[in-house]
Amino acid sequence: MAKSSSNSKLKQFFEGDLWHEFTHSPVAWISFSIMFLCLILATFAPYIAPFNIFDLAAIDLMDADLPPPWAGEDGDMRFPLGTDDQGRDIWSGILYGAQISIFVGFTSVIISAIIGIALGLLAGYKGGRVDSFIMRVADIQLSFPAILIALLIDGVMRGLLPRESHDELAIYVLIFAISISGWVQYARTIRGSVMVEKHKEYVQAGQVIGLPQSIIAVRHILPNVLNPIFVIGTIHLASAIITEATLSFLGVGMSPTTPSLGTLIRIGNEYLLSGEWWITIFPGAALVILVLSVNIFGDWLRDALNPKLR
Amino acid sequence: MFSFLVKRLLQSVVVLVAVALIAFSLFKFVGDPINNMVGQDTTLEEREALRESLGLNDPFHQQFYNFMVNAAVGDFGISYRHKVPVSDLIAERAPATLELSIISALLSIFIGIPMGVYTAINRSGFLSRSFMTVSLVGISLPTFLIGILFIFFFGVILRWLPTFGRGEVVALGWWTTGLLTWSGIKSLILPSITLALFQMTLIMRLVRTEMLEVLCTDYIKFARARGLHERAVNFGHALKNTLIPVITIIGLQLGLVMAFAIITETVFQWPGMGMLFIQAIEEVDVPVMAAYLMMISLIFVAINLLVDILYAFVDPRLTIDGGSKHG
Amino acid sequence: MSMMKKLLISSAVAGIVLSANMASANTLKFAFQGDAQSLDPHGLNETFTLGFLSNVYEGLTRLDKDIKVVPGLATSWEVTSPTTIVFKLREGVKFQNGNSFNADDVIFSWKRTLSEGSDQKVRGSMVKDIKKIDDLTVEIHTNGPQPLMPSEWAWIYMMDKEWSEANGATSAANVKDKDANGYTLTHANGTGPFEVVSRQPDVKTVFKRSASHWNKDIITNITDIEFTPVKQAATRTAALISGELDMVYPIPVQDWKRLDKEDGVSALRGAEARTIFLGMDQSRDELLYSNIKGKNPLKDVRVRKAMAHSLNLDIIKKKIMRGASTPTGLMIAPQVNGFNAEYNTPYKYDPALSKKLLTEAGYPDGFEITIDCPNNRYVNDEKICQAAASMMAKVGIKMKVLAQPKSKYFGKVLAQNNYDTSMYLLGWTPGSMDVHNVLQGLISCQNKETKAGLFNLGNYCNARVDELQKMVGVETDAAKRQAYVDEAMKIVKDEVAYLPLHQQPLSWGVSDKFTLNQRADNAFDFRYVVKK
Repeated sequence: MAKSSSNSKLKQFFEGDLWHEFTHSPVAWISFSIMFLCLILATFAPYIAPFNIFDLAAIDLMDADLPPPWAGEDGDMRFPLGTDDQGRDIWSGILYGAQISIFVGFTSVIISAIIGIALGLLAGYKGGRVDSFIMRVADIQLSFPAILIALLIDGVMRGLLPRESHDELAIYVLIFAISISGWVQYARTIRGSVMVEKHKEYVQAGQVIGLPQSIIAVRHILPNVLNPIFVIGTIHLASAIITEATLSFLGVGMSPTTPSLGTLIRIGNEYLLSGEWWITIFPGAALVILVLSVNIFGDWLRDALNPKLR
Repeated sequence: MFSFLVKRLLQSVVVLVAVALIAFSLFKFVGDPINNMVGQDTTLEEREALRESLGLNDPFHQQFYNFMVNAAVGDFGISYRHKVPVSDLIAERAPATLELSIISALLSIFIGIPMGVYTAINRSGFLSRSFMTVSLVGISLPTFLIGILFIFFFGVILRWLPTFGRGEVVALGWWTTGLLTWSGIKSLILPSITLALFQMTLIMRLVRTEMLEVLCTDYIKFARARGLHERAVNFGHALKNTLIPVITIIGLQLGLVMAFAIITETVFQWPGMGMLFIQAIEEVDVPVMAAYLMMISLIFVAINLLVDILYAFVDPRLTIDGGSKHG
Repeated sequence: MSMMKKLLISSAVAGIVLSANMASANTLKFAFQGDAQSLDPHGLNETFTLGFLSNVYEGLTRLDKDIKVVPGLATSWEVTSPTTIVFKLREGVKFQNGNSFNADDVIFSWKRTLSEGSDQKVRGSMVKDIKKIDDLTVEIHTNGPQPLMPSEWAWIYMMDKEWSEANGATSAANVKDKDANGYTLTHANGTGPFEVVSRQPDVKTVFKRSASHWNKDIITNITDIEFTPVKQAATRTAALISGELDMVYPIPVQDWKRLDKEDGVSALRGAEARTIFLGMDQSRDELLYSNIKGKNPLKDVRVRKAMAHSLNLDIIKKKIMRGASTPTGLMIAPQVNGFNAEYNTPYKYDPALSKKLLTEAGYPDGFEITIDCPNNRYVNDEKICQAAASMMAKVGIKMKVLAQPKSKYFGKVLAQNNYDTSMYLLGWTPGSMDVHNVLQGLISCQNKETKAGLFNLGNYCNARVDELQKMVGVETDAAKRQAYVDEAMKIVKDEVAYLPLHQQPLSWGVSDKFTLNQRADNAFDFRYVVKK
């Protein structure tokens, strides 16, 4: 039963307008392909990358600060994009760094969305005190942007956790910080739609025939307000990756021994003026390509999912 | 309406107290302030005496109570780092941040809204497609990267604009402004654009989306059908209705501009509150950190309140709904 | 609030005046990575703050451009007994407010260094009493023999008694007293060649040449100085290159190439007297941060040797420090009194030997350990730790780097947190430029009462070295003293008490329109700045 229904849903999807729009929009499939490629490269980084940048014994300081072989005479063919100040291969660094950035981004978005949808549904449907409480919490939340929250969480974690484990736990601290700071958008959107939706006839009809409130909220209202979530989610993924990069850039994110793209840019920034541009330009370009493809795709998705714009 | 306002005000106070508690308790865990106040030669006993005299050994609730009582009258104590009252520091730094934030906000509104309107009206024009593409690049570049690239191109390579600081400032009473000197204005250009860029693209995209929605509504179609001029439809009806929801988001975004100023101020060494905050975190200057957070949330709560009130005027349904539920 | 207003207004006025006679004025604009803690001369014992203030304040003695102790506000001094030193004060010295400097000011300033908010108590308490012989002569009685007192006191700045009393600043500025003591934080009145016109902490400090300074031989022709703290290294370099600033420090070593290529600016390099080293916990029975339980591998000299031989200091110099450091085998720099080149050869780089030593010590597969490292204190501090980690990984020691900002780092590893570290990177410049400072602070066993070994974070402890340290402290015969120093340094080296890495470079960026003197303790003395 479940299988056939999901099969038919899939069929519905491929025959639907969205798929049609997608295949007929070069912007959409190009951005999606790039996004997908980034995802594949990052996921399989350990198999693709020529060096394991986490293995200290495999790094030789002798190889430090080498330019890409096609851009400077000191270059070494082993390092197609050059090396950083510790002798790490930049290309491998980007692959591993993107893996961390994407992992942090995805996980944060999913957690944010779950928290936000639940609270938004609750607030919008229940209204009253529950609503105003949740929305006040959201206000507190919004008055502290992700950077600030992460700085704070970072401070608390450093106080609470054994200091030794900071670097290992940095990734979870980041995910926690970014997801906590992101749920508000989902909650506000869902709440707004629910408040409009609940005055509609089908909800009032449900109430009249005595369906439990939770069933009405989850079964009937939720599916009708979910579309914007995909759009918010995609855009949020891009901003989560940027937030992670910014935090790592400010030095409160991933440590230089397990660098994300932001950490790589931070390391490289110190060398930008000195002419060793490859240490910062390549990770910077990778970050921009990744975020840009996600943003473009999200942008297309928003327009495509908005029936009024067809 | 009056009871609605009172409710909102009370809620805002609760929010501020909650923020104070969170901020204060969070900072209990950050670093050791004593270490930052004294040099290497200071003995353990002296450190302990200093700790005692600063009240760092008092019980938590006692410290928080003291903090709240003092904060209520704007006294956040003495900065560990600068050893001057925090309120003075904030007052000294506020003009720099406010000037930067306001200029950025104005930039983002006065460029963002027209661009949004334009791209909505001419959906498939070349210019609006380019705007959209540029705006995507704009939100895909992290602020710190934009700042660094600006400094590199306009400061170092072209040498057109200063790379840090506010330039020459003029004091008008307690307010200092960089807007009255040439060097001050030049110094403002790069940071304000860096800070504005993200908000600008956001506002542009928001206005575009809202405007597109409005343009699809029945009454606009009806207005067109009635044979009204395109211009009258777009600006007389559509834009007006677009701006209502946009106000909310723009209001909320502007609160964030000040907080986002942290990054811009750090990159451009802008002597504002954001830089004060980052330095306070590094130096574990607890009073400054607490005061900054309170400031930001106060401003934000105020903006929020204002937006709520505006919204209540514009969209009476929400007031009745909210008001009746609250009794 | 009103004080701030005045400050701002005065700075604005100063700005207008400055621009009015720009033609005759020589202005220097410079930046450092942080700001001076305050303008109080006794508020914080930190090299940058004290060096900054040395342009406004002076001590009885002072350090010249080569860090030699020379007469300052005292023209001469004479040791009349092991615990008595008589200082002759300079005639006709005026404070910047016009008051004369005399014996009462010396006694006042000394008492102020012992006041509650002072961070100069260690130097202040070298002295037991000061007797005024006449207006220009003081007799100083020290707490036991203190042959180093005249040089240590180059950092004790003289304040005007009347001015301090009039402004309620009789004790060093302290966080506790809200209003009474705040005056000296942003106001200064010294005898030095420059006076402070205005100050906004962390934003800007403006100096102007003092007309009344006693020393007419000072070579500087600068009339006005503007100081701005600029935290980001890249911004500092950029501002120097674009001509917004005339002098900035420190410049990241990797930017030297760039400065060399640019016209009109150059990188001024030199060897700082600061020695960077790794320390190891040699006192606990089990390391706090290691996978070896029940014993402390670092107590075994073979393990310490293995670590020493695994480090390739030349590669660190070449790649991390861009050729700008001086690899060292000693815990003191050549500029420091007591340095003997004979003992300065670094441990040889020999990973095979390291592996052999580790096997002998019972760790054929190495072990894991965490190293604490600051990331904003020394030149490339975090990168050095990472490089050390990757070098040690090759002999099997898995070193995890815990790099933190200096406030957190010092909060963790120092005495007040019970030396919470197994291994650490630290840098040290003896303030007195004498080896005894290092022997006492870093190499003696930890002693709670005498404060010896306060910064011997790993508690390396050898009774003979302790004894030698005490002998060095009181010995006045130079040859004998050096013999004690050499003996102590040899033991330290044989027992691998520390892993010295290098003296870090001084790295200043200077516009070619100026010449100046770069002092080995990284202090910037305006007296030597000349605009061409």
